[in-house]
Amino acid sequence: MHEAKAPKRFEADKTEWDRIAETREFKDLMATKKIFIVPAFVFFIVYYFLLPLLVGYAPQFMATKVIGEVNLAYLFALSQFFMAWTVAWLYVKAAGNFDRLAQDIIEKAETRTAQQGGQ
Amino acid sequence: MSTALVMFLGFIAVTLGITYWASKRSAGTSAYFAASRRVTGWQNGIAVAGDYMSAASFLGIAGIIAFQGYDGFMFSVGWLVAYLTVLLVVAEPLRNAGRYTMADVLAYRLKPRPVRAMASISTLTVSTFYMIAQMVGAGALVALLLKDSGISYRTAVIGVGVLMIVYVVFGGMLATTWVQIIKAILLMAGTILLSILVLAHFHFSLGDFFNAIAHVTYHDKGQEVVKDFLTPGLRYKPPYGALDLISLGLALIFGTAGLPHILVRFYTVPDAKTARASVVWAMVLIGSFYIMTTFLGFGAATIVGRDFISTHGGTNMSAPLLAQALAGNIFFAFISAIAFATILAVVAGLTISASTSFAHDLWTNVIHRGEERKPGEEVLVARISAFVVGAVAMAVAILLGPTANVAFLVALAFAVAASANLPVIVLSIFWRRFNTTGAVTGLAVGLLASIGLILLSPSLMAIDPPTVTGAARHLIQAKAIFPLENPGILSIPLGFLGAILGTLLSHEPTSEHKFNELLVRSNTGLGAERAGAH
Repeated sequence: MHEAKAPKRFEADKTEWDRIAETREFKDLMATKKIFIVPAFVFFIVYYFLLPLLVGYAPQFMATKVIGEVNLAYLFALSQFFMAWTVAWLYVKAAGNFDRLAQDIIEKAETRTAQQGGQ
Repeated sequence: MSTALVMFLGFIAVTLGITYWASKRSAGTSAYFAASRRVTGWQNGIAVAGDYMSAASFLGIAGIIAFQGYDGFMFSVGWLVAYLTVLLVVAEPLRNAGRYTMADVLAYRLKPRPVRAMASISTLTVSTFYMIAQMVGAGALVALLLKDSGISYRTAVIGVGVLMIVYVVFGGMLATTWVQIIKAILLMAGTILLSILVLAHFHFSLGDFFNAIAHVTYHDKGQEVVKDFLTPGLRYKPPYGALDLISLGLALIFGTAGLPHILVRFYTVPDAKTARASVVWAMVLIGSFYIMTTFLGFGAATIVGRDFISTHGGTNMSAPLLAQALAGNIFFAFISAIAFATILAVVAGLTISASTSFAHDLWTNVIHRGEERKPGEEVLVARISAFVVGAVAMAVAILLGPTANVAFLVALAFAVAASANLPVIVLSIFWRRFNTTGAVTGLAVGLLASIGLILLSPSLMAIDPPTVTGAARHLIQAKAIFPLENPGILSIPLGFLGAILGTLLSHEPTSEHKFNELLVRSNTGLGAERAGAH
């Protein structure tokens, strides 16, 4: 089987997972993630649902022509694509930071388990 | 032999070659189900796009925009923005904590057997419905495109079904991935070419193009009408249009992150970081594609026109007919071949996710309590179930026939994914108190609410005039009880409510016991499945 040749997976018992979950490093990681992800999620949901809300309940307003024949409805729909790409790009930038914090936690956990000689 | 048939055969030859190559690299469980987790970020990104952009989005969306203008473009927007849910909420935790299926993440801290059984039922429901919709569409389309070569609906369905079974049974996830990559590249190339030709038709003047969109002429009940196709409201009309639009948005935004065939793709990459990169790659492709539906859809509306499309195969033929109008029969054949590749890649993705769930969740973990009795048994069962799933989808598609009203099955798949799958995935990752009863009731309520509301919706309930016959008639000849095409606005809250109430009304301390482990695993990637060696 191919898995047999793969590098060994990290294994630990419950007390070790609970211990990691309580460390300051892990709590920092969770807080750092939340600071970005929660506002980003709320922002994109609000921005997106404004589109069906406005198109559905204010179609006359959305039919207002802005540039030549191009109306507000089309421009707002088009802006959604750039909104999605921008949020994704910002997330990738922020996630570089999550990766560093997570890597630190992984290294500490693996060193600790190795020192205990269990695995 | 028509040019279209030659191009179809060319695509089949290339993909069968890939399947042969992949079949030699698909020994072992992780190789078969997850391409040994060695797919790179950009490859997986393109494959996600190829898995996602179905015939419904290529042919369907061009047709909806060609006939109903701006409202059709609303689908395009939702199909991309939905990937932010995948990116921010689902992809990385899933890759970190799971192995082969969505249920892996749920089974971590909940009681594995009931949770896997329910999750697998939901996965099989979504995949089978979606697949039947694609097969009926594929059969009708291929028969139409290859009319000159004498290919009937039945032959077309059998051809598509046999090919998808061959890809999945022999080539596993690796072959499926490459079929999806090739399809996505062809689809992008075809769409870019079509868009440039549409612009060239308007002498590269966006002003002229939008001017034409604002004055689309067609005949409605014998009367000539001129409409501004950029104005909202041609599809979603009062009194329920606005609610239906919001409901559609909810199903897309929350459903995409619960589609099993998309979720399994994130197990094919080495780690969560690569999963993230692949979502971004997918978003670049998917976004560019859906922006270009502006040219496909409005191009068909202005250059070909509703009148001509209606008498030459109907809405789904909008994009191929546009190609024919702009660059003749060779380009028509090329776009038709792309449509064919599109269908094949999507049905192959659906087949592999359904068979993986059956083998890994139901067979190994529910029936045999997590023990593989013989090495390779899980893969063998998956191969057999891929064959069975494919055969069932073919049989149902042939029984329903080319005129069957199946468009609602795609809406149903998204509704189930959003109302059953997504709530339990999210709650199991984020809510410490969540438990097995909650997961089972959430999945069951979400699934039943979606199916029930679709049954009562205008998609299945309507009074047809006597001229409509056979499978094209609505199932229930009465006025619809639930007025919306999309049940999401009611079924998603019901799914969450079922999961939350089920949890609060039961007591199960063991499910909280392992929450910390799942929390650490899903957020750091500690102990995640690694890529296999060659």
